[in-house]
Amino acid sequence: MDNIIEMLNITKEFPGIIANDDITLKLARGEIHALLGENGAGKSTLMSVLFGMYTPEKGVIRKNGKEVTIKDPNDANSLGIGMVHQHFKLVQNFTVLQNIILGAEETKNGILKLSDARKRVVELSEKYGLFVDPDALIEDITVGMQQRVEILKMLFRENEVLIFDEPTAVLTPQEIQELMKIMKNLTAEGKSILFITHKLDEIKQVADRCTVLRKGKYIGTVSVPDTTKEELSEMMVGRKINFTVEKKPCNPGKVVLDVNHISIDKKVSGKKAVNNVSFKVREGEIVCIAGIDGNGQSELVYGLTGLTPLNEGKITLCGKDITQESIRKRNLAGLAHIPEDRHKYGLVLDYTLAQNLVLKSYFKQGFQRLGFINFKKVEDYAQHLIKQYDVRSGQGTKTVARSMSGGNQQKAIIAREIGDDPELLIAVQPTRGLDVGAIEYIHNQLIAQRDNGKAVLLISLELDEVLKVSDRILVIYEGELVADIDPKNADINQLGLYMAGSKRDEVAYE
Amino acid sequence: MNNNRILRVLSGEGFNKAVSSIIAIIIGLLFGFLILIIANPDNAVQGFLTILGGGFMGGGQGFGQVLYYATPLIMTGLSVGCAFKTGLFNIGASGQFIIGGATAIYVGVYWTSLGSVHWIVAILCAALVGGLWGALPGLLKAFFNVHEVIATIMMNYIGMYTANYVISHYAYDANRNLSMDVAKTAEIPKWGLDDIFYNQFGAYKETSSLNGGFIIAVVIAIIVYIVFYKTIFGYELMAVGHNKDAGKYAGINSKKQIIMSMIIAGALAGIGGALVFLSGPSARHIAIVDELAVDGFNGISVALLGLSNPIGIIFSSIFIGYLDQGGTYLQSLNYMPEVIEIIVACIIYFSAFSLLFRKFMPTLIKKFNKTDDTGIANKFDDAGIANDKIANNIDNAETQGGQK
Repeated sequence: MDNIIEMLNITKEFPGIIANDDITLKLARGEIHALLGENGAGKSTLMSVLFGMYTPEKGVIRKNGKEVTIKDPNDANSLGIGMVHQHFKLVQNFTVLQNIILGAEETKNGILKLSDARKRVVELSEKYGLFVDPDALIEDITVGMQQRVEILKMLFRENEVLIFDEPTAVLTPQEIQELMKIMKNLTAEGKSILFITHKLDEIKQVADRCTVLRKGKYIGTVSVPDTTKEELSEMMVGRKINFTVEKKPCNPGKVVLDVNHISIDKKVSGKKAVNNVSFKVREGEIVCIAGIDGNGQSELVYGLTGLTPLNEGKITLCGKDITQESIRKRNLAGLAHIPEDRHKYGLVLDYTLAQNLVLKSYFKQGFQRLGFINFKKVEDYAQHLIKQYDVRSGQGTKTVARSMSGGNQQKAIIAREIGDDPELLIAVQPTRGLDVGAIEYIHNQLIAQRDNGKAVLLISLELDEVLKVSDRILVIYEGELVADIDPKNADINQLGLYMAGSKRDEVAYE
Repeated sequence: MNNNRILRVLSGEGFNKAVSSIIAIIIGLLFGFLILIIANPDNAVQGFLTILGGGFMGGGQGFGQVLYYATPLIMTGLSVGCAFKTGLFNIGASGQFIIGGATAIYVGVYWTSLGSVHWIVAILCAALVGGLWGALPGLLKAFFNVHEVIATIMMNYIGMYTANYVISHYAYDANRNLSMDVAKTAEIPKWGLDDIFYNQFGAYKETSSLNGGFIIAVVIAIIVYIVFYKTIFGYELMAVGHNKDAGKYAGINSKKQIIMSMIIAGALAGIGGALVFLSGPSARHIAIVDELAVDGFNGISVALLGLSNPIGIIFSSIFIGYLDQGGTYLQSLNYMPEVIEIIVACIIYFSAFSLLFRKFMPTLIKKFNKTDDTGIANKFDDAGIANDKIANNIDNAETQGGQK
């Protein structure tokens, strides 16, 4: 077979862990090659090696049969290797266009030729349906759009080997379909794609072959059409996975969260990001807010948790008006929040795992006495959470959060938030970027919270998740609630219509 | 087993930090040697030895002087390091230092009725005014998002001219062109240090300017260490410093933390001023010149070299004080005072590279311990064999973190 990239016997170690243990991967020209594995299996590390961000301790990389050394991303770029990272590498206060040309600027006499670049970017974005406003600032656009910018960056550089690191994690179902189409188009034009994922449906849909890693080890490479989803998941996890969620019938009790006609203005334009939204969440119920990314979900959550003030309306938690309360007071009143952006809000990345696990409780009696932190207690509590929630890391409680895998970072946040025994859990895309094993786990945790008589508000972009986990679905479109649906009677096409704004109901406030 | 323990120490965080600072210092010293050769090749070797042995060459008095030089650096270093831990860059230690010093002198000259607590009150007033000097940039940062670097730089000039004004109008000794000597009661007690650090010339005892100020600075450094690493206040400060958004998310009032951090930073530098200028007639005085106090800027190097760790800052301050003292002896070898300043500055400059070495240390250590097993080619890239592999695969990896 004509291999464009061969990675042979790659070994990469980090302190306390072998992230890649003798891994071999061969990417054929013009194929979509999926790289499958759980969080921490070593997929991102392997791709970072190929992209020149890490130097492997052992192993060789060949391009077109010739051995190459890739010392940094510039080397990778000049070899035609491009990558869309799981956590985007964008300059927040640059525009879309500036980000795309960054590092590949065309100049005339030392002056940027922006107009040519703009033309090419617009052409590319139209050709592949990656619509973005070239002049928007990155910090103002949604996560989904930021990813489009990342993809455009690779296309702009005319890379021939494209690495997608969990690209669908942040997209809506429709966007995922588009992306799949784009990927097929790209291979049709002779590009080769390495597609890191743990979503089996997507692999079945687009990939030609699939390499599976587990805990840093090479498990095998299979031809996708000849392998079933069940076989793939078994290779990945090492055991059989239950694809449906078992749950008891919902038995709602008293109202925990009462959101009364709230509105929140957008930061930039002054338009309403959340417009006159009212709903209630009861004990023993999982209410899900579904919608396409950027329809006011983030702002709604910021308003509920106190990160931004409300412009209108009232929020009541367990009968107590918390509209004007500080974040700390809301947390103490029983609100827990699994944030959308775990790096920005969820963790202090330079703190240890133990320090992060008490981020919301370090000041409570037991952890402190007379202003001094009782590290023994913190340590014990952290150990307990790590064990109970199976958070894995290189050096236990002393691991710096930055060095943990995405899935385990998320598990740590979930452990912290649920470990505090909250009345209301607000979970924003809690399974974003996680593998099936972790997703199954997190869904079970959400349901356990519900079965314990607690209230759960889930904000999710993934319809599968919405349908599987929730007891009630509220659809948000342009900052307004447009549907209140019982998941038992819901069908995916109907939901899609609501989400796209082509259908709407009056939502009763009850 | 034993080998393992050595390896663990070698790859430990603390060792790594210390070694990186030491390597930086060595490179700085070598560079200083190069300058000595350029400036005056004949005396270069002897000059280098003078720098190396500098602090010890002056006997007990000399080393006392080293510690006296180190005292304000500990305080300004703590000031910079403290703000840095909260994610703020305090360039204003110089202004906070000098205004604290001027306050201490004013109190030391006039409030003579206080008796035995005179010097303590003078230090506290210096802390208060220094804290005020830090508070203003803190408030501007917290409420109006004015960048603290600009605000503190401007406060440096305001501090310097205000100090000059106060001294020249209220505490000026026209004969010496310096600030007046403070009252005896305002001098920081020696606490027996003059009985340790002195040189005996017959019946004459040459003492250094060293006094209890050094001990106070060390105790404050230890207190700062405890506050940062053992209290909820320190936990909050550093959480905000590392990640402001996560701090806010956790319910920490980041505005309050920013202001508090700057007040503390200012107070620390202000105390530094008091400790220097309350040290008796033979010690430093404020001269009325249009020049920012260098102690504040050396505080930045000290904090960098000590990696913002309060205990590290004690040692890096002593190191800089040691170089300064060694530098004064270089003049006897025909080196211009400017060359000495350049050498010391170069060494400090390279010392700031310690962060760089810290990054590369783990890789270096790993290279020394490289094992010799070679990878065996993996033959499982064929699709057919893969399924057998699943059955055979037994995981013994203990952990699965470490992925970026």
